[in-house]
Amino acid sequence: MLRKIKFVLLAATLIFLVSCKREDRILRQPPPSDETFNTVQISGLNPGANPIPTPPPSNMYEESAYAVSEGQKLYEQYNCVGCHAHGGGGIGPPLMDNNWIYGSEPGNVFATILQGRPNGMPSFRNRIPEYQAWELAAYVRSMSGLLPKGVSPSRSDEMNVKPSEFQTPKQPPTGITGQPEQPK
Amino acid sequence: MPVTDTMSANERETSESELSLRLERTWRQPGGIWGWFSDTDHKAIGIRFIVTAFIFFLLGGVLAAIMRLQLSRPESSLVGPDLYNQLFTMHGSTMIFLFAVPMMFQGFGVYVVPMMCGARNIAFPRLNAFSYYIYLGGALLLWGGLLTNTGPDAGWFAYVPLSGPAYTPGHRTDIWAQMITYTEVSALGVAICIATTILRHRAPGMTLNRMPILLWEKLVISIAVIFAMPAVMVASSLLLLDRLVGTHFFNPAEGGDVLLYQHLFWFFGHPEVYIAILPAMGITSHLLSIFSRKPVFGYNAMVGATVAIGALGFMVWGHHMFVSGMNPYEGFAFSSLTTAIAVPSAVKVFNWLGTMYGGKMRLSTPMLFSIGFVSLFITGGLTGPLLAQPALDAYLHDTYFVVAHFHLIMAMAGLFAVFAATYFWFPKMFGRMMNERLGALHFWITLAGAYAIFVPMHLLGLAGSPRRYSELTGVQYLTTTAPLQRFITVAAIVTVGGQLVFLLNLFWSLFRGHKAARNPWECSTLEWTLSSPPPQVGFGDQNPVIAHGPYEYSVPGAEKDFVHQNASGNRGT
Amino acid sequence: MTLLTSGVSGRLLAQAMPLEPGRHLILHPGTPQSSHIEWLYWVIFWITFAVFLLMILGFTRAGARAHVDAIEPLPVTKSEEADRKATWAVGSAVAVTVITLFVVLVLSVVTGKRAGGLTSKNPITIQIIGHQWWWEIVYPNPQADQTVTTANEIHVPVGTPVVILTNSADVIHSFWAPSINGKRDLLPGYSSAFWFKVDEPGIYRGQCAEFCGLQHAHMGFSVIAEPVDQFQAWEQQQLKPAPDPTTPEATRGRAVFLTHACLMCHTIRGTDAGSRVGPDLTHLASRNMIAAETLPNSTGALAGWILDPQRIKPGVRMSPNPLAPDDLQALIAYLRSLQ
Repeated sequence: MLRKIKFVLLAATLIFLVSCKREDRILRQPPPSDETFNTVQISGLNPGANPIPTPPPSNMYEESAYAVSEGQKLYEQYNCVGCHAHGGGGIGPPLMDNNWIYGSEPGNVFATILQGRPNGMPSFRNRIPEYQAWELAAYVRSMSGLLPKGVSPSRSDEMNVKPSEFQTPKQPPTGITGQPEQPK
Repeated sequence: MPVTDTMSANERETSESELSLRLERTWRQPGGIWGWFSDTDHKAIGIRFIVTAFIFFLLGGVLAAIMRLQLSRPESSLVGPDLYNQLFTMHGSTMIFLFAVPMMFQGFGVYVVPMMCGARNIAFPRLNAFSYYIYLGGALLLWGGLLTNTGPDAGWFAYVPLSGPAYTPGHRTDIWAQMITYTEVSALGVAICIATTILRHRAPGMTLNRMPILLWEKLVISIAVIFAMPAVMVASSLLLLDRLVGTHFFNPAEGGDVLLYQHLFWFFGHPEVYIAILPAMGITSHLLSIFSRKPVFGYNAMVGATVAIGALGFMVWGHHMFVSGMNPYEGFAFSSLTTAIAVPSAVKVFNWLGTMYGGKMRLSTPMLFSIGFVSLFITGGLTGPLLAQPALDAYLHDTYFVVAHFHLIMAMAGLFAVFAATYFWFPKMFGRMMNERLGALHFWITLAGAYAIFVPMHLLGLAGSPRRYSELTGVQYLTTTAPLQRFITVAAIVTVGGQLVFLLNLFWSLFRGHKAARNPWECSTLEWTLSSPPPQVGFGDQNPVIAHGPYEYSVPGAEKDFVHQNASGNRGT
Repeated sequence: MTLLTSGVSGRLLAQAMPLEPGRHLILHPGTPQSSHIEWLYWVIFWITFAVFLLMILGFTRAGARAHVDAIEPLPVTKSEEADRKATWAVGSAVAVTVITLFVVLVLSVVTGKRAGGLTSKNPITIQIIGHQWWWEIVYPNPQADQTVTTANEIHVPVGTPVVILTNSADVIHSFWAPSINGKRDLLPGYSSAFWFKVDEPGIYRGQCAEFCGLQHAHMGFSVIAEPVDQFQAWEQQQLKPAPDPTTPEATRGRAVFLTHACLMCHTIRGTDAGSRVGPDLTHLASRNMIAAETLPNSTGALAGWILDPQRIKPGVRMSPNPLAPDDLQALIAYLRSLQ
């Protein structure tokens, strides 16, 4: 009887320690980092024999469903839909396909948002806080199914013109070198 | 070999003991872990329901204590808003889905009903056992969720769009919705078992008029469960579809409707509160009669009132939605029906009064708790017609006034009936008596505590204090209610501490209580004809035949002052 | 005894408890609507109190007359007479209950008709749109440049009926100013209407009354009832675009506003900032409080709010803005000039 109780208590404690990151509500943001996105490789062209820079940092917000959902809301609020629609593109290129002009890594998308890109992508540096750019990057990646289904938003309360990110089939991105990347 | 009329006395005796042996062998619980898990004896399952529900009651109470500590000081920051939202959602969900119905209806129902009917086991024993395990599964799912940061946080009712995919990301609400399905399937299973037992497995001679009134309540509730639970299962399933599959049932932008969820939910939600309280009323009627040594006053009226409450309970769900902007005529319809439901409740209260009046009262602990139930039921119930008026509900909806109302009438009154039932049937279940002195102490602490906590809470609601506020710092006009909040918190802590008396009593009596006689309360119903605790096979090869009503007390010329239901006829009336 | 001690004291407490008589209690109504509600409350309260006393009397008598723990069985009391009397007593009690409840229902309908419905006199229409966790207030007008848009603070003229049209931009909220009227839920996809009329000038505080997420507890608003001429002056002021900054610091502040994250969410009419995500700030300095009636509209509170709203209202939709101290000071100077 006592052994049963001890076992139950141990199991409960263990469960308690395995707290689920997916459900974290990240309300206090880490302070902005120094500019890491200058080390992001955005093209397959490499001048000379320079080594390929170190891989860009991962996005901690990709583990939190709340953060990706915030990214979804920000995508509407900051009018990304104005050029990219709900991922299908229009004035801007589609974001839910596997064609990534400037790279699909989290750091690449983050850099795209903050730096701007030729042919119309504005720079949002100082307009969008860095953590929100990371949240948007996470959401944009979810649009092509690059995030696990658990964290991807399933449906917004707006009119839907595309299947939800939850249902988007995983599209192995072609990346910046034109070769299929390893699926995550 | 079966017992026949042509047998000699010796043959009959041998046959009967053979029969007993065979019955015992058939119904014996197989040994080992698997045997324990596959037990289908209704007594074992009933006790499992009761114990599990009680553990979740304690856990839900812990959540309430944390909430009260958070609210006791306006500048408190014990828990942040996210955790607070999880706390009150878990508190409500635990108390309603994991305690109220499983304890009263499923636990005590499954244990007592077959014996009261004179049946050997409940109908569909395996469905009954399955109901327990799926209830346990749902409960563990919900609490496992809380422990892994996936506890639901959108309120126990989980209104859309807040609980929808856009505003509660992740799987928190999904866990809540799945828990609903599991626990309500469990309730449905038990309802089917109990209804069938009552309708088809009563001992011969037990006409509907000779049923203990508790069985009437269980029958009405079983039918109510069968109609009500599917509504919430539909609501939670549609919510799951919206969240996980991408449907638009509740998405206004694509033609869905947020009020649809409210209607579906409250169509379940209101009968649910009657499902939670009717067993308590049945137990109270039963115990008041036994401990006043008088038959239930107005048995037919009581049955009629029970059926009326069960039926009317399905027609009043709109009173939870008075402020949603409904057509005033719709509001009037719901308001009239809600006010009308006060009539059968009043009939019951008057009949309780009639039962007690002129009786020879034995103030044992179960009787104390039954009287406490009546008191709390009246106090909580009188604010019901007040809230049933749309003009007043427009003010009091979603304030602490409503919280006080339902805690008094459903939580506290129901809890008192649970305690009454526990003290009453403990000797039957475990063969020992609980300590009367500790029981009386427990009663007084809990009664005083219930009033001290929830009557002042009405004032908070009148002062304009809304529900579900994680802290009171942002609202200047509520800082003046801080002394009242503190008082309520202190009262809550004292009351919770008083429950230690009960736990002490429980565990001490389990191991060292006085051994109980077969019928320590001198009760006339069938379960008290069995030993305490009853044998595994229950009635086994006994076939009780009923010749008397359920409440034949104070019968002149009777050996004690009552007559068992299955005593041979022609004694007394 | 149990009934006596517990319930009565509770009922009396309801009257005696001193609560601050601010403009937020049902017991201090400021409008005809809430007066009607208050009247109905007291009527039903006294009826239920009387019922409660009667029940206590009944049960106390039942208890007192009982022979507690007597050993001998009671003499047989079964008599037609006693049965008839008892049934008659219960029957008449039920009849009285039915009649009382019917009376209560009639009074409730009467109160509902008086307090509810829509007025046909010339009302002022206000559209309230609930957001997580602030109130968008629009005074619609067929002419777009005569439409007042503000946030969290509603001005109404005294003695004029006001019709509120509800809507929600995200989840269900509930608009409730306790001393003005009952509450009305703001449902997305539905627009419902209710009216009230404030007779006494003053500031009436309100709160959200339907659980709406992380900051449900900090979603307040205020209704400021003022004389008609003051209201019209306010309205005219609100229609004007933001005044140009007059000091160099305020000019710098406007530049800070337009080059940082502020303009991504807020509107200041008269500048390039036109986003509708957050509250309209065109006349921010004319409001008494900020952050949905959570903080006073003062320099210090504004600074704290702009720098880190998440510290004050964790989960709110506004991001922290780590500005340099000079920039922050200039920005606040500009915002404080937006009368």
